Amino acid sequence: MWDRNQMAARAAQELQDGWYVNLGIGIPTLVSNYIPEGIEVTLQSENGMLGMGPFPIEGEEDADLINAGKQTITELPQTAYFDSAQSFGMIRGGKIAMAILGAMEVAENGDLANWMIPGKLVKGMGGAMDLVAGVGRVVVVMDHTNKHGVSKVLKECTLPLTGQAVVDRIITNLGVLDVVDGGLKIVETADGVTEEELRAATEATIV
Amino acid sequence: MKKIYPNAAAALDGLLHDGMFIAAGGFGLCGIPELLLNAIKDAGTKDLTFASNNAGVDDFGIGILLQTRQVKKMISSYVGENAEFMRQYLSGELELEFNPQGTLAERMRAGGCGIPGFYTKTGVGTVIADGKEHKDFNGETYIMEEGIFADLAIVKAWKADATGNLVFRKTARNFNPPAAMCGKTCVVEVEEIVPTGSLDPDSIHLPGIYVHRLIQGDHEKRIEQRTVRSA
Repeated sequence: MWDRNQMAARAAQELQDGWYVNLGIGIPTLVSNYIPEGIEVTLQSENGMLGMGPFPIEGEEDADLINAGKQTITELPQTAYFDSAQSFGMIRGGKIAMAILGAMEVAENGDLANWMIPGKLVKGMGGAMDLVAGVGRVVVVMDHTNKHGVSKVLKECTLPLTGQAVVDRIITNLGVLDVVDGGLKIVETADGVTEEELRAATEATIV
Repeated sequence: MKKIYPNAAAALDGLLHDGMFIAAGGFGLCGIPELLLNAIKDAGTKDLTFASNNAGVDDFGIGILLQTRQVKKMISSYVGENAEFMRQYLSGELELEFNPQGTLAERMRAGGCGIPGFYTKTGVGTVIADGKEHKDFNGETYIMEEGIFADLAIVKAWKADATGNLVFRKTARNFNPPAAMCGKTCVVEVEEIVPTGSLDPDSIHLPGIYVHRLIQGDHEKRIEQRTVRSA
């Protein structure tokens, strides 16, 4: 079974040289720690930045320089800034090669739910709906089951959707699955996880 | 025409009325028009509708207008950081219209460009699409979203010249240009007004045609999530 960092490291293997990529909050943020040697990717922050650098060292925080999670960050030599309309223009326009983001539920047809639980506090979708509708490739990184052991990889999502048939690949603590015609296809299993265990933890159809 | 006003209250004089629709720049607490929001609080204008990506925190940004019950409705993409907002929303005192972040930005940009509606794939198949016109282009389904035409835009920039040409700084630009564009009147607060001619004309982020009134002032520029790495 993979831990958070191993899931992030596996997700980093999805990156290709020259890509512009958007990383979501949580485990996806950790992906930037595992960018493979020799691969150059440019990170987009949807509040208006390409070329996002690491967190600042203490004393160098700048209130005018934050990421989409509102955390202080730094710029790089290749950084460019722009406004929110242009930022989502490049997202909606398909210029961002890939988004890696978290999920509450994923379905076998690629439906994604990650923004609201009815009856619970709803904070909003932020840029998630725009990202999954617009970018070239959507990779979801999530735990395979909830804390009660119930599958979050489903035949159909039960929660309100963030996007319809938008997910291309799912990376969980148990393995990697692709959304294909008719269901999900196992790409690989995590260290120490058998294909039977992965199937047993998955409600969705595996083809 | 003279655009520079002595302070935020003077810059908003004659522009505020109960029930009005205001577009505000800013993302989280970054690049928010904090001086103008304070002046709207002091003016006591009520039943406001705000198009703003976020609603501030309890004691900063739009949050201060929630404390005083001056806001009737928010059009936002994410409102998680504000306890008073949640209390008013859950008790039904405050209306909330969630817009996907890029849809909100484009609605402002479109309104400012005289475009009353546009089609986007964002939100198709979700609750956001409920009740909206669907249309297929090249085999893909899109929904229609409407441009925002606000009574007033309030915006924060870094520098301006006396004609209102604006320069923003780093990610504090965010929603400020599209918000500025969609207001019938646009009032801007900056950290520094510089002599006309001292900004590089090739490096103006928003030309002064969008800016009607201008103030310079001191900004708190609060940081919402101070995050550092070890040196």
